Amino acid sequence: MVETSLFPADTDHVITTRQVNFFYGAVQALFDITMDIPGRRVTAFIGPSGCGKSTFLRIFNRMNDTIAGTRLEGEVLINGEDIYQKSNNVVHLRRKVGMVFQKSNPFPKSIFDNVAYGPRIHGIKDKQQLAGIVEQSLMRSALWDEVKDRLETNALGLSGGQQQRLCIARALAVGPEILLMDEPASALDPKSTIRIEDLIGELRNDYTIVIVTHNMQQAARISDYTAFFYEGRLVEFNATKKIFTKPREKQTEDYITGRFG
Amino acid sequence: MSTGKEQVIYWLIRMVMYAIVMVIGYIIFDIVWHGLPALSWDFISQYPRKGGAEGGILPAIVGTLSLLVGTIAVSLPLGICSAIYLSEYAEQSRFTAMIRLAIITLAGVPSIVYGLFGLGFFVLLLNFGTSILAGCLTLACMILPTIIVSSEEALRAVPSGYRDASLALGATKWETIRTNVLPYSLSGIITGSILGIGRAAGETAPILLTVAAFYLPRLPNSIFDQVMALPYHLYILATQHPEADKVLPLQYATALVLLLLVLGLSLGAIFIRIHFRKKYRW
Ligand SMILES: Nc1ncnc2c1ncn2[C@@H]1O[C@H](COP(=O)(O)OP(=O)(O)OP(=O)(O)O)[C@@H](O)[C@H]1O
Ligand SMILES: [Mg+2]
Repeated sequence: MVETSLFPADTDHVITTRQVNFFYGAVQALFDITMDIPGRRVTAFIGPSGCGKSTFLRIFNRMNDTIAGTRLEGEVLINGEDIYQKSNNVVHLRRKVGMVFQKSNPFPKSIFDNVAYGPRIHGIKDKQQLAGIVEQSLMRSALWDEVKDRLETNALGLSGGQQQRLCIARALAVGPEILLMDEPASALDPKSTIRIEDLIGELRNDYTIVIVTHNMQQAARISDYTAFFYEGRLVEFNATKKIFTKPREKQTEDYITGRFG
Repeated sequence: MSTGKEQVIYWLIRMVMYAIVMVIGYIIFDIVWHGLPALSWDFISQYPRKGGAEGGILPAIVGTLSLLVGTIAVSLPLGICSAIYLSEYAEQSRFTAMIRLAIITLAGVPSIVYGLFGLGFFVLLLNFGTSILAGCLTLACMILPTIIVSSEEALRAVPSGYRDASLALGATKWETIRTNVLPYSLSGIITGSILGIGRAAGETAPILLTVAAFYLPRLPNSIFDQVMALPYHLYILATQHPEADKVLPLQYATALVLLLLVLGLSLGAIFIRIHFRKKYRW
């Protein structure tokens, strides 16, 4: 059997990177990453701690811009548009590319205000419209039934798993096409983790999802494609099935079988 | 062993606290005990007569209040803006470290130095004359460092996760600060500011040279007027009055009014603080 392409080519590519190098000050964290991430699929980033998964993920919504002294070389295209071009509007970019963080971070406001935060920032004032968006987003994130009677209570009163689903709802409320998730379930108990995974399964048809995970089973369960990173380089990127059954690289095999230092 | 040591330290700390409370309690008791008999509606609503030996202290109350309002109006916006700049916008370089050090140093400068600065800069150079304006600006300079330092601390205490989440939703930096940093730090900012403002209410030295009138039994017409002020009036009664003994009850009553004023301010701040704490609990 012959493996021809490093890149899955069966769908449109929504995110494309070309020879991306990334630096924290003088320290280079990412080396020459060229990658095409397919649209409306779940792509998982795996790799040992410190290999640059989060750094690479945060490139797609330019969150690394908030860290002083960082620098990027190469091209990052989203829907064909170079997002690091000077003319690119980072506010528009982040409306299109939502993010869910490892540590759930709902604002210390009401559940309603959390979800309505993004739409309000983007100029929606109409109460009915906001209420509609909030309901829809909470439905999508499978939280509606649990919170519909207490939308005005403080979001910090929710459980950890509920808080993370609220963060997902909050991200969905601005209507993104792409959802970046950095270890969204790593701080949750197994039951809450399953709920998040189920949720990702429900969202996969409508969103392009890129998820960082340390959990090999999780990557195998929920993702269509998997990228393995090692020391700032993309080692292998392929359909998840192939990565987990027939990895092309020795390093990948060692990592997924747990034979790694 | 370790628990015995723990006990000793525990009791030591307790004793120190009791000692402090007792000293403060005695001061307050003394002022209330001697001041209360002389305190009356007439005392706070009438003009002084005979060089302060008779009558009330209305002009001094109005003077101190107007100084406080002016000082807050100048120092709070300036201080909070500086703190926001230092904590949210400025790059953490050697230059900003030096600025921070300078601010902390300024917080420890004796108040008479601020008074002299105000006299030289606001009163003479900018030609504001001895006036409410010059006094407010001088007091504002004096308490700015306190407000900046405590506000910056309060801003930094806000977890960065809130900032990240807001930015990632497409909010601009300023929107993020306005909606998701400043509101959560307000209770801390207010606490720090009230310390500064309480100090401004009680200081004599800075206003002595820039605004305070020795004896001026009328109310001010504009910000370019001089005024009497409670701490300065107290100082005059206690040290400069020919019949210091006779006016002793008036001194106490004046001190009591000043105390109540500062207490009122602090209570107001505590209520605002509780309000924001309740609204944004994190
Ligand atoms: N803010 C920062 N400043 C400087 N270096 C950083 C910063 N963030 C990350 N790095 C460095 O960049 C490299 C990649 O870090 P990154 O957080 O992307 O790794 P990761 O794969 O997400 O790791 P983990 O699985 O532990 O989350 C690491 O060597 C890390 O030390
Ligand atoms: Mg990471």
